[in-house]
Amino acid sequence: MVNNETESSSITRINDDTEDSVAHEPSEQYLTFYIEDEIYGVDILSVQEIRGWEPATEIPNAPEYIKGVINLRGTVVPITDLRCRFGIKQFEYSGVTVVIIVKVQSGKSDKTMGVVVDAVSDVSNFNKSEIHPAPELSENKNTAFVKGLGSTENKMVILLDINKLMNTSDDTDLSRVSQVVSA
Amino acid sequence: MGIDLSQFHQVFFEESYEGLDVMESALLNLQPDTVDSETINEIFRAAHSIKGGSGTFGFIDVADFTHVIETLLDEIRSGTRKITSETVDLFLQSVDCIRKLIQQHDAGEPCVIPEAVELKKVFEGILSGGDSENESVSSPEPASTITEIDDQTGDGSQADSPLTHGWKIYFKPELDILKTGNDPLRMFRELASLGALSITADISQVPPIGSIDPEACYMAWELELDADVSKSAVDEVFEWVVDESELRIEPLGSDDAVSDVKPEVLVETAIEEITLAPTASTPEVVVQPEEMTSKPKKDASKVEVSSIRVGIDKVDDLINMVGELVITQSMLGELGLDFTMDSLPRLLEGIEQLSQNTRELQESVMRIRMLPISFTFSRFPRLVHDLSRTMNKKIELKLTGEQTELDKTVMEKIGDPLVHLVRNSLDHGIEMPEDRVKAGKPETGTITLNAFHQSGNIVIQIIDDGAGLNKPRILQKAIEKELVSENDNLSDDQIHDLIFKPGFSTADQVSDISGRGVGMDVVRRNINELNGSVEVESTEGQGSVFTIRLPLTLAILDGQLIRVGDKVYILPLISIVESIQSFQGMLHRVVGGCDLLRLRDEYVPIIKLSSIFNIKSTTQEMEDGLLVVVEGDNMKVAILIDDLEAQQQVVIKSLEENYKRVDGVSGATILGNGTVSLILDIPGLIKLAGVQRYEYKMANNDDDRAA
Repeated sequence: MVNNETESSSITRINDDTEDSVAHEPSEQYLTFYIEDEIYGVDILSVQEIRGWEPATEIPNAPEYIKGVINLRGTVVPITDLRCRFGIKQFEYSGVTVVIIVKVQSGKSDKTMGVVVDAVSDVSNFNKSEIHPAPELSENKNTAFVKGLGSTENKMVILLDINKLMNTSDDTDLSRVSQVVSA
Repeated sequence: MGIDLSQFHQVFFEESYEGLDVMESALLNLQPDTVDSETINEIFRAAHSIKGGSGTFGFIDVADFTHVIETLLDEIRSGTRKITSETVDLFLQSVDCIRKLIQQHDAGEPCVIPEAVELKKVFEGILSGGDSENESVSSPEPASTITEIDDQTGDGSQADSPLTHGWKIYFKPELDILKTGNDPLRMFRELASLGALSITADISQVPPIGSIDPEACYMAWELELDADVSKSAVDEVFEWVVDESELRIEPLGSDDAVSDVKPEVLVETAIEEITLAPTASTPEVVVQPEEMTSKPKKDASKVEVSSIRVGIDKVDDLINMVGELVITQSMLGELGLDFTMDSLPRLLEGIEQLSQNTRELQESVMRIRMLPISFTFSRFPRLVHDLSRTMNKKIELKLTGEQTELDKTVMEKIGDPLVHLVRNSLDHGIEMPEDRVKAGKPETGTITLNAFHQSGNIVIQIIDDGAGLNKPRILQKAIEKELVSENDNLSDDQIHDLIFKPGFSTADQVSDISGRGVGMDVVRRNINELNGSVEVESTEGQGSVFTIRLPLTLAILDGQLIRVGDKVYILPLISIVESIQSFQGMLHRVVGGCDLLRLRDEYVPIIKLSSIFNIKSTTQEMEDGLLVVVEGDNMKVAILIDDLEAQQQVVIKSLEENYKRVDGVSGATILGNGTVSLILDIPGLIKLAGVQRYEYKMANNDDDRAA
């Protein structure tokens, strides 16, 4: 990891309210992608590869957003449709539908999972000070896996905490997430 | 220049475990009345190497403990002490104790085991216990000075012997000590790790250069160890060479003969240069204690490495296979350089060869994981020995088919269920000696553990010639526990099968060994988890046979591909009983329940895969489909599918690794076309379908099962 989330910067400056120094502002790199019209971002270091969509083997009685499992060079990897996970209306998969393979920490072990997104956009740097906390709504706890909000070229990017997102239990309704954050 | 000994620890542990196993089995063979010197020697040798090894690696507690045992063994060996069944038990306990000690070192967390201290006291009690022969035992052997001194100081434990300010050691090895692989330098270094050490070499015995045997050690040393250590710590260092040298160890400052016999050190540079032992280069060396090299590094490799020993023939096989694979590969590669349609036959031939190579390679690799079941069986003689003693039963254990091989992972998991079954046979099966005599059977009961291969499975049987299962009792108990109703007409097998129900135990009193009511159901569950099955056959008054069937390996499975709609699933071939295509007349639709298939004399519930998995089936009517009768969890179900496809071996991949457990699915595999296919889990499917376990067997018609 780049020195994100470290306190090392506090040595140089402590009076700053964000604890970040101007000289070496720690920044994080995010892979940004589109779902519907929103831009989301995941920490680039958790991304393993980006693949085109290929038909997956469905898992019986799995939640709808689990599209199934694919063979990733000999390992069986489950595919989550984020669009579906966030309760946005379904979308026909095409040749340009993209699967981002991420490594997720779950308990002690790492799990490899795939997420289907509409399209991959870019890799962007976000300075820590530029990341705003996610809006918190009392009756909706679903924003736990939104790490914060960043902006690039005047567009808002919803930065996701992929570990929390993928470990959220199946029945948690995440459908309001997009509305919450874009509100 | 010190070698990091910790790299050898793992090997030492493994060897020690083996040594302990040897000791254990030899002890069990030991008949108190007729002492077989070879057996005693075997035990002695094993104990000796554990002691030596643990001393070398600095596991002082193990070495100390083993030393006491060894002393007692030595007395038995030389015939001055009779071996009794009590001593054998004591030895067995101490084997356990050493194993525990070593396990703790293995885990990197040495701590005091109270039993070890107690046992050691018992041993020391026996040793010093008024036996006047004691001293005379060791004295005839001129070399065992150490033991003798030990015995004098050691009516308590030697570890507690008073510390002094240091030790004066006179060490004169025999000429060929170097040939036995003992290096005085190493010992000195080890001493130096205990405290400040000064060494004086006595090179008076070194012959003129012409007559020197370059492999002999002509030197003697006088060492002064200035350290607050117990004598046993010093003994430890010389452990390996006691028998091959003259050794005197006395407290420093004690004024006696040895210090007077301070050998004249004839330092002549000419001789000095030609002496071979490197220590002698400077006769007076003061080695400062550096870091304690002999102490195990605590944090060194906490990672648990499990290893297996593989026969060299298996490895050679593997290398041969790989060689052939390489040849095939280069052949195909060459073919690909300028490929024309003419060479198509050769290409096909090459591919054929490749698939053969791959299959052979796969088999060889699998064989590496296979170990003879004797690894599991070997723990039973001890278990039976101990249990029969506590229960006052006379039991003989027979082991057959110990060389039958099975996968290491299966073996690890089958151990506990087996122990449970053997305990069960001991406790419930074999009767008390007097009851056996009354029943006209030999006083000594027999338990046989048998293993063999049968059609791609390994079968393990636990056979006892005890009382057999008590059917009326079982039935009564089952009715009490409301597992069955009084009106149920159950066959013998069904009654026997009841013992595998949760919460079932007929033992009148809860004993230490079994009878807590947890047990047989756990045994069955554990075995089912391994894709195996367990059954019991029993004849009242003549004994019972528990039969466990297990797949040879957990990594590969013979699969039957089945199709429902556009989905392809895999059924373990072993679970399939039969498949039925036209079953119109055999179908019984139960109102409000699930459909049943009348299969000869029984009714088999039907599971519709399409409905429990929520997938579309291509067949509209049930009659157009295909029923596969499978057995799982000791009941039969018929699974409705659209079609059967190929049979093939599949490599089992975990779904849980990246996803989670899925009900009704035991794993996944990758098919030839690269897609993932799910392997069905029959017990899971049964649960998922909500099929109650019922035995719709037609009355009095169980001949097919009884066979």
